[in-house]
Amino acid sequence: MTSLRNKYFSFLTRTSLGWNFKKGRVSRRNLWSALLFLSPTLIIFATFIIFPVFFSFYLSFHEWNMFSSETSFVGLKNYSRMLSDPDFWQVLKHTFIYTFGTVPLNMVLSLMIAYLLNQKLIGKKFLRTALFAPVIISPVSAAVIWRWLYDPNFGLINYFISLFGIDTINWLNDPTAAMFALIVMGVWKTFGVNMVLFSAGLQAIPDSYYDAAQIDGAGRWAKFWYITIPLLSPTTFFIMVMSMISSFQVFDIVYVLTSGGPLGATKVLVFYLYEHAFKFFEMGYASAVAYFLFAILVVMTLIQVKYMKSSVYDVV
Amino acid sequence: MTAGKSKKNQMSKIGKSVLLHLIIYTAALATVAPFIWMILTSVKSMNDIFVYPPKWWPSEFHFENYKRVFEAAPFGRFYLNSIFVAITVTLGQLITCSMAAFAFARLKFWGRDVLFFVFLGTMMIPYQVTMIPSFMMLYWLGWIDSYKALIVPGLASAFGTFLLRQFFLTIPKELEEAAYIDGCSRFRALWSIIIPLAKPALATLAIFTFMGVFNDFIWALIVINSEEMRTVQLGLAIFRDRYITEWDLLMAGSVTATFPILFVFFFAQKYFIKGITLSGLKE
Repeated sequence: MTSLRNKYFSFLTRTSLGWNFKKGRVSRRNLWSALLFLSPTLIIFATFIIFPVFFSFYLSFHEWNMFSSETSFVGLKNYSRMLSDPDFWQVLKHTFIYTFGTVPLNMVLSLMIAYLLNQKLIGKKFLRTALFAPVIISPVSAAVIWRWLYDPNFGLINYFISLFGIDTINWLNDPTAAMFALIVMGVWKTFGVNMVLFSAGLQAIPDSYYDAAQIDGAGRWAKFWYITIPLLSPTTFFIMVMSMISSFQVFDIVYVLTSGGPLGATKVLVFYLYEHAFKFFEMGYASAVAYFLFAILVVMTLIQVKYMKSSVYDVV
Repeated sequence: MTAGKSKKNQMSKIGKSVLLHLIIYTAALATVAPFIWMILTSVKSMNDIFVYPPKWWPSEFHFENYKRVFEAAPFGRFYLNSIFVAITVTLGQLITCSMAAFAFARLKFWGRDVLFFVFLGTMMIPYQVTMIPSFMMLYWLGWIDSYKALIVPGLASAFGTFLLRQFFLTIPKELEEAAYIDGCSRFRALWSIIIPLAKPALATLAIFTFMGVFNDFIWALIVINSEEMRTVQLGLAIFRDRYITEWDLLMAGSVTATFPILFVFFFAQKYFIKGITLSGLKE
């Protein structure tokens, strides 16, 4: 077995992959072997990332139903159609409501839990597993479970709120309640990620700061407000931008929990994009929508990068 | 006097600790309640399901609900599809990413830093932008509704390459240099020196990729048409359209779709958390 492998590898050595000590030719040889090592990745990337990025940009200026062979250049028509489509503004509004509903709730909750988890606790490992579990399961099954929890007649959630004297709510069939239901589920599904990131941030704060504050007579709250919060701010900012980016792209849980309904009340941007691309096959128009989304995400990322440069931050 | 005071302090400390435990355990319980509810519902009879107020514990266990799910839809086949696709993509990524990472970490070549920067840049591109042309690519290749459509686009990863490169950089070069003098090739250096030392990073990547592919929904939704090619997630989503309120079957299906990931999670938790921390992404 080993000898066979040796033979195979010595074959590879002879075919120019070995270390070359001759100066001058090294870098060219390196380029070839580097290309060889990179080739699988480069082929996939060229086909499914690099080409698509440019092609969807090209498509966004064309009208094309993908089953016909004709594409026609329409200039900025797709973009102007998008901006004058009331549905587009509706889904944009829903996306913003979802984002600004989930992100603050998610952050407050995950910071609180991360802070509590950072204290002396019995069964910390169990707690961490339990609190993180929603993150790892598929959005589809999560949404199926929550449909059952939100069932108007026999659902656990209506029963739970009835204990506090609140009337039955038809969660998924009432436009206002459905968005709220979606936000609550979204927070449940993703707060574990931020909890882990906050935990890492909290552990990076040196104990000596707290000890010094202790000597100065600071209480628990004073330490939290004047040490934890300021020192955690780079983490907080990072988490905020990352959460906003991913909330903006929400799709799976919307598709399964509400299918965008009732009456389109939970239809978000990616859902709209999906419908135009794969239900109506308006590839050009859908590409314009995709580029609009891309532009928003790039702006968010740039703000993030700009801010991050001025503060030393390391997650790991 | 002092003794009494310190005892009082001690008491308030214990009180605070109890309160702390109470809060965090309530939060944890609330978080896992949907899971427990799912598992218990999956073995209930309809009489136990359509009852108000809801009943946690089933009056009798109906394990045959699972059999009924597998009969109502070919979940066995969906499972096979999902597992096959997830394993193939994971293995593929381990190979392509470690090769690319080796090039970036160990070879000095013209344009390396620019190329690496471009690699990192691709991580910023949302999948919605590449989704439509990728779909058309597969359409032109005649790969729609096949394993190829589910597997091939996932065979490379910028995140994976980045992760492994960072890890490879921490491995001392001297180990390979000694081997090169003995006439070792680069492939062999990667395979028999670096790979064995990089197991923790590879495990993180493997688990993270497996989870992502197994849980993927939108890509399968787009490229799969026929029933026998459906993944578990797609199968479950379509199942929920058909069996709208048959909660026993829907919950049994959900348990089926979550079980492999939860199972792996219990044994390899730290790798999941590491992957999430490194990428900072979700869903």
